[in-house]
Amino acid sequence: MVLECKHVWEHISGYLDGTLSPQVREQVQKHLEHCEICSAILDSTRNILILTADERVFELPLGFSERLHARLEAEIRGITPPPPDNRE
Amino acid sequence: MTEISDTTDEAQIIASILAGNTHLFHDLIRPHERSVYAMALSLLHNEPDAEDAAQEAFLKAFRNLANFRGESKFGTWLISITLNEARSRLRSKKVMKMESLDEPPESQGPVTPALLRDWREIPSEALERHEIRAMLQQAITDLPLIYREVFLLRDVEELSVNQSAEALGISIASVKVRLHRARIMLQKQLVPQLKKANPKRRWLPWS
Repeated sequence: MVLECKHVWEHISGYLDGTLSPQVREQVQKHLEHCEICSAILDSTRNILILTADERVFELPLGFSERLHARLEAEIRGITPPPPDNRE
Repeated sequence: MTEISDTTDEAQIIASILAGNTHLFHDLIRPHERSVYAMALSLLHNEPDAEDAAQEAFLKAFRNLANFRGESKFGTWLISITLNEARSRLRSKKVMKMESLDEPPESQGPVTPALLRDWREIPSEALERHEIRAMLQQAITDLPLIYREVFLLRDVEELSVNQSAEALGISIASVKVRLHRARIMLQKQLVPQLKKANPKRRWLPWS
């Protein structure tokens, strides 16, 4: 069976994740071999996923860690039970 | 290998915190600060809200640490807490923001990707440019919420399909469908922008 482009697009995500059945995977692969449009769609999608997974996309604001750990410190002190020798 | 020893280290640190060495919580969360913040920011859309939600998620994790079951990784557990924190904030702001938590109406038809004949890879070094980072952030935050959530869990936080389904309370099949749509929507949105912004592009005479 020969897949049309629009059917191949439905499988792009599964293809990238390696979750397609062997038969579908083979059909998609065959299509990709001769279709430059679908190949470019696959390559660009893969490229975009690599970029969006990069740590640099979402950077922490300046001072984020300091403010977070200060708030945590206050919380930790507040709810930590006093050591046994301080108890009545 | 490293993953196993990371998990063991994590389990030991957690046991130690629960035994009273609470200051170790600071060390436990340090590697997760960025991913918790990224999750909160992409769901809540603004930095002060995201920072506050991220802090709250870490506090909740500390208070509930005894409930953490070693079955999942600590990072995965933390991301679920962050997701719930961000969701409850979105729900309380929903009337104002009008962002639907339900399936958008157009979600039944197929999503069409941006069509192109060749793709010159955008190398990761391009992320040194603020413009490129902003472009990617914007495209992610512009996704409808149900797609954004799945995309963040799967492709940014790198949870498995099963973990994502569990965190979102949806079926595995729904995760796959939504993820596919999210990825194609991003491709459609970003391909024309990235092509324009990539300075190394070279137009081949026959394209």
